[in-house]
Amino acid sequence: MNNPDHTIESLSLRIARGETTVRAVTDAALDAAEKLNDTLNAFLQIDRAGATRRADELSAPQSVGDAPRALVGVPIAVKDNICVRGLQASCGSRILANYHPPYDATVIERLSAAGAVIIGKTNCDEFAMGSSNENSAFGPVRNPWDTARVPGGSSGGSAATVAARIVPVALGSETGGSVRQPASLCGIVGVKPTYGRVSRYGLVAFGSSLDQVSVFGLTVRDAAAVLGVIAGRDPHDATTADVPVPDYAAELDTEGARGARIGVPRALFGDGLDDEVRRSVEQSIEAYRDLGAEIVDVELPHAKYSIAVYYIIATAEASANLARFDGVRYGHRTEEARTLSEMYRRTRDEGFGAEVKRRIMLGTYVLSSGYYDAYYRKAQQVRTLIKKDFLDALAQCDAILTPTTPTPAFLLGEKTDDPLAMYLSDIYTCTANLAGIPGIAVPCGLSSTGLPIGFQLLGRHWGEATLFRLAHAYERAQPFTARPPLIATSED
Amino acid sequence: MKENWEAVIGLEIHAQLSTETKIFCGCATSFGDEPNANTCPVCLGLPGALPVLNNHVVDLGARAALSLALHINEESVFSRKNYFYPDLPKGYQISQFDRPFSERGVLEVMTATRDEAGHVREWRPMTVRITRMHLEEDAGKNVHEGLPDTDRYSYVDLNRAGTPLAEIVTEPDFRSSWEAYDYVNHVRRALQWVGASDADMEKGNLRCEANVSVRRKSEEQFGTKVELKNLNSVRFMQRAIEYEIDRQIKLIESGGRVTQETRLWDDRAGETRVMRSKEEAHDYRYFPEPDLQPLVVTPEFIESVRAAMPELPEARRRRFMQDYELSYNDAAQLTSEIALANYYELTAKAASNPRGASNWIRSELLRELEAADVAVADSPVKPEELGALVRIIDEGGISGKQGKEVLIEMFATGKTAAAIVEERGLAQVSDTGEIEGVIAEVLAANPPQVAQYRAGKEGLFGFFVGQVMKASKGKANPKLVNELLKKKLSES
Repeated sequence: MNNPDHTIESLSLRIARGETTVRAVTDAALDAAEKLNDTLNAFLQIDRAGATRRADELSAPQSVGDAPRALVGVPIAVKDNICVRGLQASCGSRILANYHPPYDATVIERLSAAGAVIIGKTNCDEFAMGSSNENSAFGPVRNPWDTARVPGGSSGGSAATVAARIVPVALGSETGGSVRQPASLCGIVGVKPTYGRVSRYGLVAFGSSLDQVSVFGLTVRDAAAVLGVIAGRDPHDATTADVPVPDYAAELDTEGARGARIGVPRALFGDGLDDEVRRSVEQSIEAYRDLGAEIVDVELPHAKYSIAVYYIIATAEASANLARFDGVRYGHRTEEARTLSEMYRRTRDEGFGAEVKRRIMLGTYVLSSGYYDAYYRKAQQVRTLIKKDFLDALAQCDAILTPTTPTPAFLLGEKTDDPLAMYLSDIYTCTANLAGIPGIAVPCGLSSTGLPIGFQLLGRHWGEATLFRLAHAYERAQPFTARPPLIATSED
Repeated sequence: MKENWEAVIGLEIHAQLSTETKIFCGCATSFGDEPNANTCPVCLGLPGALPVLNNHVVDLGARAALSLALHINEESVFSRKNYFYPDLPKGYQISQFDRPFSERGVLEVMTATRDEAGHVREWRPMTVRITRMHLEEDAGKNVHEGLPDTDRYSYVDLNRAGTPLAEIVTEPDFRSSWEAYDYVNHVRRALQWVGASDADMEKGNLRCEANVSVRRKSEEQFGTKVELKNLNSVRFMQRAIEYEIDRQIKLIESGGRVTQETRLWDDRAGETRVMRSKEEAHDYRYFPEPDLQPLVVTPEFIESVRAAMPELPEARRRRFMQDYELSYNDAAQLTSEIALANYYELTAKAASNPRGASNWIRSELLRELEAADVAVADSPVKPEELGALVRIIDEGGISGKQGKEVLIEMFATGKTAAAIVEERGLAQVSDTGEIEGVIAEVLAANPPQVAQYRAGKEGLFGFFVGQVMKASKGKANPKLVNELLKKKLSES
């Protein structure tokens, strides 16, 4: 392995100096992906042919007048629920096992235009429904820090590829924490932008009012560089906003954390929080105090309803979003059906896994005649209160700091029989999706068993730049230098 | 037996708004193309695709709403209507539910009492309350015949999927099939008039459904309603409603009960048949469409649409009656379509004779247009030319009988009336001197008759007129001939 330093910054520098080439960087990423996939199962498709072709194109001299490209030669992995023309988009589901979309997602168009090289499509929980990656129809992803453990989910494959230093950055998607949670469990940075900041066009929908394409990186700067490329209004997505996108990377080195006010909701540090996680996050709070930040108490009185609200709204939307997988136009269709309704039932019974079925049924139920008011409407009302809690709290501080997950990575199979325990993995993260605010997960330590722990910062709508600045200040003061044992040995 | 009963009817009309492109994507709405030629990821419902509202739909929707006296809501909301069907690619239809685009219209519609054969006896105004008019997308089309292996397969054509529709729903305000008939015709004319829809039932861009129930005249409570579908023309609808009213009355009078169900009209058999019962009715699980923002229209926008709209047909009919002293029937005929009303006003102006213009258009021009199957707007005789013809006749240039022949030639050749009159040498002789000369000759040639006339046999006047006209080869202006003859014969 010839990538001693995996950041975008160092790659770009070495390519510019002629110390390496786009092709060499691409080959190294592909080699690492292929070599580690037996162990990690992080990729569902590795696109050696497409990636090397792209690398060669990028190696050709640029025409005069071409805009400088932010990510030239940067290898990137893409979650399998984001459409890349010519590659598969199974979404971790049997029902789309052989589905190849005929178009690029807007985020893919923007990454390609910036010169990024897509290495492959990453494993995930089926239709992004899960917190451990065990709901993939194509087998679970394993955590590079301990292959007996989950990488988190649903974007577990993307998290594992970055943690394993296969690629410096990867795209995932969030509906309730599916990037911040696995980032935390894999010891990397994960950023969920403000709802409407990044186009959802070409992201296969789960919970449309919650979904956002989100970014993994080894460093805050790398995550910021990728978000800067993909963010901004898209005429193909009516829910994107026409809000200017700042130059995130340029703002990283200003001010730091001095004078910032960081809010801590103490009520969220109680039951269910692992002691080591609590201690590590407390230390991060102290680190911010040392950096000159002011720590203030904030309250989020309705946060305790977030899991209930989340599982009503997300499943309701999912029940409609997944209706199109009916065997008529694309994807799996049952072999045996004599009537239309039998075709629908068998196709969906054969194509969907247990968790997806559970959520479709939940979502169908909460929208049903006679139940809508008690569930869906009520959940929307509480969602409004949760959002107001955050607006109120963020009026008193620049960012809110909480643990990202209640525990470090758990064992494969540990929670598969207990959906409710699994759902609680999202307890710290799903509030940001409900409120539509941005969040960033930052690694802050290791447990006694050598598993990563992270905290998250939540910010105001459109306030990603503030989160990057604060996260970067922490990262500089408290660099997270540990590497997964898997990589340490494989690089020896 | 029918005398003791009252029918209660409500109508739903689906009108296709005449945009060039679909409601949520840029695909063409053209009719009759190769199956699935006009499709893209959005209207195919591919995973990851998102709808974006076509602004032209809002413009035409506003015109339609204003033409039907509806109140336009400044904020309306799109909702998902969930059901499975192969022609519905997303498994839900994007429609509007609890917050429609427009609502609460009170419309005055002219309706006629008719005899058994359906001939109009007398027109009278009726008030129809329109509950709402909302915007939605159309579904595609399932094809079960005319293609290979249709014994085993059905086909889906999604060219129509995503075509913009306005659904117009009334209160149960109709008491007879003819009232419903007159209302639908009124709506068709209004939509065509303002350019919102072609409203052509044959092409399927206007579709109708009727809810029909009956009750004894003494009762206040509505009877159980039956929904009628497959009403492919306004006349079919009228017949289907008439049949259904009879069926329900007979059923109840023979001790039966009406069941709530959907029935299809079979025009060949002349009867309605059960399609589905209430037990099979769908729970559509409507919820707000998270992919689209609420549709906001400003009062300024509504006013700008109103200002750009033509004078509406009923107002124009009243004005024609008042300003041009036309009868109800004549004015109604001339306002049956906007092109005809415009044609009429231009002709009337050019002729300086509104009633004459009305007569010539209704009795002569329309017959020629119909025989040639040409639309008024494409008439080879322009209104200015028809007006000029009427003026020539009024001024005594040619007779009315000659005028009819001239019009036929104008229609066939596109020549002006003046040119034809000139070419054919039809111009009436209105030269007093010339006519006096002819009279003198006639009188000189018939001394006995002159003597008899002067002796009191005034019945001979017609004989002299005939002789003068004969001598002038029919060109002498009959009015002048009369005048001058009287004068000459009384001289002595």
